[in-house]
Amino acid sequence: MTALRAEGLAIGYGRATVAEGIDLALAAGTLTCLLGPNAVGKTTLFRTLLGLIPPLSGKIVLGEEDLGGMSRPAIARRIAFVPQAYRGESAHTVLDLVTMGRTAHLGLFGTPSRKDRALAAEALERLGIAGLASRALFEISEGQRQLALIARALAQQAPVVFMDEPTASLDLGNRILVLDRVRGLAETGLTVLLSTHDPEQALALADQVATLGADRSFAAGPAATTLTEERLSRLYGIPLAIERTTSGRQIVGRPAMPPPS
Amino acid sequence: MPISTASSAPAGTDASQRRAAPALLALALLLLVTVLVAAGIGAYPMGPEDVALALFHRLSGAPNPQTIDTVLFQIRLPRVLAALLVGAALSAAGASYQSLFRNPLVSPDILGVSSGAGLGAVLGILLGLPVAAIQFLGFGAGLLTVILVAALARSLRAGGDVLVLVLAGIVLGALAGAGISLVKILADPYDQLPVITFWLLGSLAGVKPGDVLAVLPAIIVGLAPLYLLRWRIGVLGLGDDEAKALGVDVNRLRGIVIAAATLATASVVAISGVIGWVGLMVPHMARLLVGARFDRLLPASVLLGGAFMIAVDTLARAIAATEIPLGVLTAVIGGPAFVWLLARSRRTVAP
Repeated sequence: MTALRAEGLAIGYGRATVAEGIDLALAAGTLTCLLGPNAVGKTTLFRTLLGLIPPLSGKIVLGEEDLGGMSRPAIARRIAFVPQAYRGESAHTVLDLVTMGRTAHLGLFGTPSRKDRALAAEALERLGIAGLASRALFEISEGQRQLALIARALAQQAPVVFMDEPTASLDLGNRILVLDRVRGLAETGLTVLLSTHDPEQALALADQVATLGADRSFAAGPAATTLTEERLSRLYGIPLAIERTTSGRQIVGRPAMPPPS
Repeated sequence: MPISTASSAPAGTDASQRRAAPALLALALLLLVTVLVAAGIGAYPMGPEDVALALFHRLSGAPNPQTIDTVLFQIRLPRVLAALLVGAALSAAGASYQSLFRNPLVSPDILGVSSGAGLGAVLGILLGLPVAAIQFLGFGAGLLTVILVAALARSLRAGGDVLVLVLAGIVLGALAGAGISLVKILADPYDQLPVITFWLLGSLAGVKPGDVLAVLPAIIVGLAPLYLLRWRIGVLGLGDDEAKALGVDVNRLRGIVIAAATLATASVVAISGVIGWVGLMVPHMARLLVGARFDRLLPASVLLGGAFMIAVDTLARAIAATEIPLGVLTAVIGGPAFVWLLARSRRTVAP
């Protein structure tokens, strides 16, 4: 089943086209990684798929419904968005932030009920940060804030979750932990679209990979056939090679120098 | 430090979270006590218990002595009630704007409502209009200014960009300020200028029971949407895109908040004149007491703002033989208090 489908999508602002010819289908319960160099429009694509800005052409279908005709709360009940972790300035508690994920399920004048708070607490539990519930956001680490934002998306109970570079500012340990949890979420049936700067992550995690190039080109497909050495090299503008280690892990880097003769 | 091991911190370390409900109750009590004490202060002094007794008599239909009836119900309580409304409305508008503009340094007059109301009122004074007409001109000009600001911002940037909105507010506020200066030059220096100056610094000296009744509906109509939408206004504080992704219709909500805050602010400015600092500072003090959550911050700001304004107005009429303008007192108290707040914590002042 397709959770979200974009057909012949062109994205951009006003007359400035950022990318076009985007055909993307997110199958339910799969993880798709979005790769591309800086400033090619990954965030623009997210904003378009979330209905924050209109597509320049083409259409987006959520389940069976056209995104263009849906209200904000209706979209929020179907797609949750995890932004990059904030700088630590907010005085909200972790539980308060996660409870805000319930907004789309409240009436216009509503405030969260006991049940909403319980759902938020449950989301914290699922991500293993229940102990942080009453800590203020400025008191906790960036990795913990990122997990709190993911928990908020879970509390939102949307079948599709977008994540904008969830590991960009994390150290190695936190990066692995966050990715493990994200992979686990896809296994429980959530449809995840995640942008990343790390092709190795995509090769290790993704069911599907989408690439957005500086030449406004778009491609999507299984990781093995989409992330070829040739496409990676073109995408990032330098020669790149994929090496397979003995354990099966794939590593992306400059092609090895020919041994000196 | 890996995430999972760090999550062993004890729950409930954020004290503001747990003390929110008691804090709101304490603020309500503080407001009540302030009303009773303030109403007893003046040339005919009464203890708070006497004020309470007189109020009880009045409500239960029992007669009060003539003097008490006049002093309390014709003079002091209308003024105390007016101060309560002014403080509550300015603080609620300030708290809402600080969330809306995601900036802790924003006050209710950021979009020019006070400058506009000031220009309308001083024009009324210049033309020698009766007090009610001056108040109405102030109210109308305040609303008109914000409508012009919104229209200007809309014509510049269709999406309703917050920054454009603020810039439009600054421009029209400056124009209104220039207009006020011009009126001051044209005004009669012995007759009209003192009235204008006093009005621009704020005062409740001339408030009558009828004034309070006249603006009360507009203030309620202004504050009710802010209260009803309190959860969504708090979510709006996360930023436009995030709030939209969480299901908030941001553009519509922003329009409602601006309209509601403007209505409340213009209403109180019409009877009190321009009073600075309250709408900026009270939300910060409330935030210290109940934390960042807007659904708690709003009622806390209303209660604290009401109590604060009553206290300031009582000082204004009681500490010297002549009335001290409210704007002078709020600046003298608000400036240092704000510095103290900033020094106390860089973080708790963020919305």
